[in-house]
Amino acid sequence: MAKPSAPLEELIDRYGPHRSYEPPGGFAARAHPDRKVKTHCCFCGQQCGVQLLVQDERVVGVEPWEDFPFNGGKLCPKGVKRYLQNNHPDRLLQPLVRTGNGFGRIPWDEALDLVVERVRRLQARHGPDSVAILSGASLTNEKAYLMGKFARLAVGTRHLDYNGRLCMVAAGAANLKAFGIDRAANPWADIPATDLVLVLGSNVSECSPITTDYIWRARDRGAKLIVVDPRLTPIARTADLYLPVRPGRDSALLNAILNVVIRRGGVDHAFVAQHTSGFDEVLRTVERYTPETVAREVGIPAARIVEAAEMWVQAPRTFLLHARGIEHHTKGVENVLACINLVLATGKIGKPGCGYATITGQGNGQGGREHGQRCNQLPGARDIENPAHRAHVARMWGVDANTLPGKGYTAPQIMEAIHRGEIRGLISLCFNPLVSLPDATFTREALERLEFYTAIDFFLSETARHADLVLPGSLQEEDEGTVTSAEGRVIRIRKAVEPPGEARADWRIVCDLAHRFGAGERFAFASPEEIFRELARVSAGGVADYSGITWEKIERQMGVFWPCPAPDHPGTPRLFEGGRFAHADGRARFHAVEYRPPAETTDDAYPLILTTGRVVSQFLSGTQTRRIGPLVEQYPEPRVEMHPKLAARLHVRDGERVRVSSRRGALELPAHVVATIRPDTVFIPYHWPGAQSANLLTHRAYDPVAGIPEFKVAAVRIDKLEAPGAAALH
Amino acid sequence: MQQLFIDGNRCIGCRACVEACSECPGHGGFSMIHLDHVARATSVQTAPTVCMHCADPACASVCPADAIKTDPDGVVLSAAVERCIGCGNCALACPFGVPKIDVQRELMMKCDLCYDRTSIGKAPMCATVCPSGALFYGTHEEVQDRRLARPLDVFAFGEHVIGTRNAVMVPAPTAKVEVGAWNVPARSRAELQLEEALCD
Repeated sequence: MAKPSAPLEELIDRYGPHRSYEPPGGFAARAHPDRKVKTHCCFCGQQCGVQLLVQDERVVGVEPWEDFPFNGGKLCPKGVKRYLQNNHPDRLLQPLVRTGNGFGRIPWDEALDLVVERVRRLQARHGPDSVAILSGASLTNEKAYLMGKFARLAVGTRHLDYNGRLCMVAAGAANLKAFGIDRAANPWADIPATDLVLVLGSNVSECSPITTDYIWRARDRGAKLIVVDPRLTPIARTADLYLPVRPGRDSALLNAILNVVIRRGGVDHAFVAQHTSGFDEVLRTVERYTPETVAREVGIPAARIVEAAEMWVQAPRTFLLHARGIEHHTKGVENVLACINLVLATGKIGKPGCGYATITGQGNGQGGREHGQRCNQLPGARDIENPAHRAHVARMWGVDANTLPGKGYTAPQIMEAIHRGEIRGLISLCFNPLVSLPDATFTREALERLEFYTAIDFFLSETARHADLVLPGSLQEEDEGTVTSAEGRVIRIRKAVEPPGEARADWRIVCDLAHRFGAGERFAFASPEEIFRELARVSAGGVADYSGITWEKIERQMGVFWPCPAPDHPGTPRLFEGGRFAHADGRARFHAVEYRPPAETTDDAYPLILTTGRVVSQFLSGTQTRRIGPLVEQYPEPRVEMHPKLAARLHVRDGERVRVSSRRGALELPAHVVATIRPDTVFIPYHWPGAQSANLLTHRAYDPVAGIPEFKVAAVRIDKLEAPGAAALH
Repeated sequence: MQQLFIDGNRCIGCRACVEACSECPGHGGFSMIHLDHVARATSVQTAPTVCMHCADPACASVCPADAIKTDPDGVVLSAAVERCIGCGNCALACPFGVPKIDVQRELMMKCDLCYDRTSIGKAPMCATVCPSGALFYGTHEEVQDRRLARPLDVFAFGEHVIGTRNAVMVPAPTAKVEVGAWNVPARSRAELQLEEALCD
């Protein structure tokens, strides 16, 4: 039933993506903005401070916010042009209902009633869990909290998960195991004070550009830089040591580095004895991972692995940063644990200029994973299967703990359950799975099987084209709230303008639905600030304790680092000082990691490794950035990056179109022949839909602990297309 | 004196400077900055080109309409709209390839160091947003104090030596840059280390 409601061309013609290039009325018309609103960029986890220029109640531009300490006015091109998502011709302005051909208008009351009627009908026939909810990590903390409460108390389904499942969960699960808390261990201000920066699997310059300057400020003091990445990214180009790891081999490499560190006497035995447990097993495990034994598998000469280890041992203070490059794997959690083993064994954490962090990717990738919109989680980063945690939250919510649903499916599992008919209804907010989930063909088949799908969104995303009902929600700059940045700093998102037309703030839509679902008294919020106050109260005593944070305090302090357990508590920029970790016994945990190969390895039929990632001018599934003209023009369409040696073997020249195939599907795109990638690896950025989607090739293989997909390794083949001049398809 | 310092080593090619420049109310949608890959087939190295604000600007010397003026602070201004005839002499003469000609308006446009911002003590837009610090606005003392790289503002084109208000950052103290015929850029250590990658 849920095939797109009209031919694709018609939907694109009506709802986009179209490209916006100028503020309303042109650049000259915005000469005298009425006000500047201090807020943050709507895109990545760096959450740069920006000022939105507002004129005649419309967002007309951006002015750097030089006083905000994290970025001091610095912005990437997305931050400069982000304002163009407002006043956009594609903006959804009315609730839409599927008709025989496309969508037609429907009054709000009828639309909201329809959601409740159809969801309840499905639940009556097929059980409460036959309806799922997908939400997102670009939502504010208030909305993330609200979605968790909405799923459990209003809809009554256990199947709620978020798109952070594609982003932060491997790092989160590993941090929780090792440290008992899931947050960057150090504020970014510690990076410039370090002596060695080790970056693994993070294209810092394109995915977290502001971090580039932090790293350079360390280098300006003489610090060294090591980068581990199969692609020679801009941050890697000038590195002191670059390790071009073969995709999917990170844990073997990290074990070998630790092997050499141990042999070179780099272990901080006092720290290990006083502040950790489990080192002996790690010692026994990494003993077998000598640089010589792993060199061929990881694709790096043994001498370079030794060099990295020696640099690590020699540096008094180190800062290890990693991101999705080591986390998007079926062993994402293990890769992260192997990083943490290195940090713990050498005692290089919890000190000024010395520490560790994952670089959270999504706008609220940190806060969005703490307040209960995950399938296994309750607010305060509590465990939905822990009876004491359930009892606490149930008491705060005024319900019987037995009525709280249990652990549900992860986002990819939800899509699989839709595909097999177990889940029949879906409500989504801030998630575009048709572009972002692996194996896009499978995702499309699943969406086509939905019996009732409601999408809350500001643009008609590729996924929302399949919806029965589309409710126009709010852009980031149309609502108040907070997010928590990659540093663990809780900051304020401010409303610059009202939602246009009939569009409504997301939280109002969710609360209105909750009323209709019969849970109104638990959703009687008059403002996002009231939601925050409840969130802070409920989080008290949890790992992610926000109970001492208020909006006023955030504004006064330019952000508050959680945990902040009391009103007079200043917040906690640096974790683990004095070697005190968040487990009950205060000790960090080592986890011995045995290397395992990726889920799909290359063979004669599919001899190349595909790895996917981002470009600086686009963000995630591109729902916003593919509608911003200047950003689209920076990198208009995906290309497959390949080394000249591989191109020569395939008789392919730069710019020629090729077919890239995997066991899941194929796509045709231009070759980008560059000597800045391993010759056995090709790269495609993932921001595009349909026939340009890298996720036609990726596969549904997941980390067993975190459920994160293996976006970074798939086996593919490349064939030259025999049609010269076919480049003008776009 | 506050100057713009350009460090190509730090540039990540993100084009934040280009996009920020195009936000200027005076030339909205049109950037005065060129951002180029040096040799993308072999390297990710990029380089921003902004007006160097020469002490004796060739663009002004060759202008038949006397449309290009230098202000008392040494900032070479964009062409005066009422004078410029769009002949393009300046674009041909500039040793750095900076001026752009808007053919329809018959007008040359170039960076005037964000006159609206720098005249009130703020950094130009490009240097304000640059996320890597490849574009830095400050004093000589500040940049010497903060960075290992050294500023350089003398360029020799054969026997023709040009002094500039803006400076480029170079790895070690150097008297001047000898700008010669095209040289293949030296490969970075990381680029050589990629060649060592073990593949099956």
